[in-house]
Amino acid sequence: MAENLVSDLKVIVFQLNDKEYGVPVSQVKSIEKIMHITRVPHTNPFVKGVMNLRGVVTPLLDLRIRFGIEEQSYNESTRVIIVSVEDKEVGLVVDGANDVIDIPTNMIEPPPEVVGIAAEGFIEGVANLDKRLLILIDLNKILESDEVKAL
Amino acid sequence: MELNQYLEVFIEESKEHLQDCNEQLLELEKSPQNLSIINEIFRSAHTLKGMSATMGYEDLASLTHQMENVLDAIRNNRLTTTPGIVDIIFMAVDHLEDMVQSIASGGDGKKDVTETVEKLKLIEKGEPLSGSAKNEVAATAVLEANQQSYYDEFEWTVLKQSKEQGFGVYEIAIALREDCLLKAARVFMVFEVLEKIGEVIKANPSVEQLEEEQFDHEFTVTFVSKDDPEDIKSKIMKVSEVVKTDLRSLEFDKDSNEDLDNTKVHESNSPGLDLVSSPVIDKKGSVKQQSNGSKTIRVNIERLDILMNLFEELVIDRGRLEQISKDLENGELTETVERMSRISGDLQNIILNMRMVQVETVFNRFPRMIRQLARDLNKKINLDIVGAETELDRTVIDEIGDPLVHLLRNSVDHGIESPEVRRAKGKNEEGTVVLRAFHSGNHVFIEIEDDGAGINRDKVLKKAISKGIITEQSAAGFTDKQVYELILSSGFSTAETISDISGRGVGLDVVKNTIESLGGTISIDSKENEGTIFSIQLPLTLSIISVMLVEIQKEKFAIPLSSIIETAIIKETDIMNAHNQKVIDFRGKVVPLLFLKDIFEVPSEQVDDQFHSVIIVRKGDKMAGLVVDSFIGQQEVVLKSLGNYLTNVFAISGATILGDGQVALIVDCNALIK
Repeated sequence: MAENLVSDLKVIVFQLNDKEYGVPVSQVKSIEKIMHITRVPHTNPFVKGVMNLRGVVTPLLDLRIRFGIEEQSYNESTRVIIVSVEDKEVGLVVDGANDVIDIPTNMIEPPPEVVGIAAEGFIEGVANLDKRLLILIDLNKILESDEVKAL
Repeated sequence: MELNQYLEVFIEESKEHLQDCNEQLLELEKSPQNLSIINEIFRSAHTLKGMSATMGYEDLASLTHQMENVLDAIRNNRLTTTPGIVDIIFMAVDHLEDMVQSIASGGDGKKDVTETVEKLKLIEKGEPLSGSAKNEVAATAVLEANQQSYYDEFEWTVLKQSKEQGFGVYEIAIALREDCLLKAARVFMVFEVLEKIGEVIKANPSVEQLEEEQFDHEFTVTFVSKDDPEDIKSKIMKVSEVVKTDLRSLEFDKDSNEDLDNTKVHESNSPGLDLVSSPVIDKKGSVKQQSNGSKTIRVNIERLDILMNLFEELVIDRGRLEQISKDLENGELTETVERMSRISGDLQNIILNMRMVQVETVFNRFPRMIRQLARDLNKKINLDIVGAETELDRTVIDEIGDPLVHLLRNSVDHGIESPEVRRAKGKNEEGTVVLRAFHSGNHVFIEIEDDGAGINRDKVLKKAISKGIITEQSAAGFTDKQVYELILSSGFSTAETISDISGRGVGLDVVKNTIESLGGTISIDSKENEGTIFSIQLPLTLSIISVMLVEIQKEKFAIPLSSIIETAIIKETDIMNAHNQKVIDFRGKVVPLLFLKDIFEVPSEQVDDQFHSVIIVRKGDKMAGLVVDSFIGQQEVVLKSLGNYLTNVFAISGATILGDGQVALIVDCNALIK
């Protein structure tokens, strides 16, 4: 995983509730604006539905709901980060995404015991860049499929 | 040289060549004298040898080389085809297939084939195969090889009969002068002389080639005449520019002829060899076609999928453009958009057609399989393939192979009786299995029909009850068809002794599941002692289906037309209650109503409608009425999966993209009806 890399880690930075998170660029396929979402019945609440991504039906997960933050209606800055982990491809709905930065791997620390955010289980590490706290999330945990079992 | 990039091509082509070899070998068994078949096999083997040597697969190359030597000996009349030889070549091809398989799965393609190579070497030397029961045949055949294999069966018979009637049979080698200018004219004159005194049976080179001067200075004719050999010779020599006439009288040794006859009888009687599939003529035609070479290129199916996806995007944009041009009412724009619509419609057809493949690609491995099965089981089986040119979507083709193997095995193993039993029943010793494919409407049917023992109703019922699949009470009301279909349920096998063929731990339930997962159905019809038909109905393509689009509040759903019986508008007052389940009377049948709004938890305000739009769907004999808000209409849609993240969503089998770019979910009616 990311810790094993010797060189810098390039991440996409996105916002959720004024906090900044990062996902490795290697796992991101594209960033899209929000489009029409078709609800899929009998799925987890955080599965907002599916959308047509250039001919591919792509599921959307609302990260706010996934992280247990109160829901918010989508607006102009809402973005969908299309990530691909193993053979799964999903879109993550976030408040905004507009930055790509390099993090020297030695600045990544394991998640603190108490972080006071709801996303606890999904954190892979934390990077402190000049007082800018960046939470690196573990996509594998977010996509863990035993939680998406249909009813 | 970086070889990896060629590996895929190599594997694909090797498989193709080996398949050709297999097919041609089967043909060869039927007409061992046909040199063009040998040539065909030789060519495939030769190409394969070259390719594998280039790719560095030594074992593969050396085995092919040895095989090629034997084939070369046959085509140069040094050897004659016998069942024994064909067997060994089959064995070699088997080894080659294993090697290619190993390479395809990332192996090194190495395999110990010394035994086969030794056997091939023995054959090449014309020595009898040690330990082979057919060695006498091989030995006697080699003796007569030169003479007989030069003539086809018909010519041979004519020659033999002529001899018996007191004619002289001669092979005359005629040489023209090296500086002869009008060779064809001389040939004509020679033939004229010959035809006055007898009959020319065969010429080498052929008469056409002689007429076109396609020969050096010598040619041979086989000639039947009552004239004295010396007279014939001098008459030919009278033609100017003929420098040499060698006349050799053909002798027919009585014994050896009988031997040859025996050889033939032997060939057609040995078990499993008498596979005569009907489209022999077709096969020959296709050989010709192949050598003419239809120009094709291999395209990865993924690329086609990408092309299709992109094209759908285009179609969606086309929809938007059509809307815009309608609103703007600009003549020029409308015209252009209409033209574009037409062209893209044609394009759509082409792209879909590109994915269509003839079922032949699946069927062509079966003759070989049946041959082997018949041999292993000591049965006589004739496989008839009908409709191999029927086209199916590639995605279906890929999936249908294994189920068919299973069903064919079932027919051969459980269906067709042994020759003794068949004789006792007054049937032809040779059982027939028909593999048939045909189009009907929007479906393709594949049928496997055998004239074997059929299914014993009582036996099946007993077994099903003992296995706990059904209860004794419920068994009473079963129709024959329902009983037969029990053999498709899991944990069922009618074989009394588990043979090598059926005892593979998988039953017909797997077949049923595979076919149903393709959106198809399978049914069985059988008559005891007359045979069984397995009939598979498959959708033409998995990627496009006809659906009924419906609306529930603001959400659109697609219901596959294949499960719809009809649509109806019913009055609120027609709805009845039975055990907390709303039902309606539909043509005298009580049909439960399912409110999709509730099932799919569509967010909605409660509105009291006096009328309901209902779609009557079925699963087998069971029906249900799906209540929706309104019908939008019938449409052809491209089927899409929900991806690997959302698997097993209840009652949703997939999705599709509508003209406006939105996703609509496809309702899985089978899941809604218990």
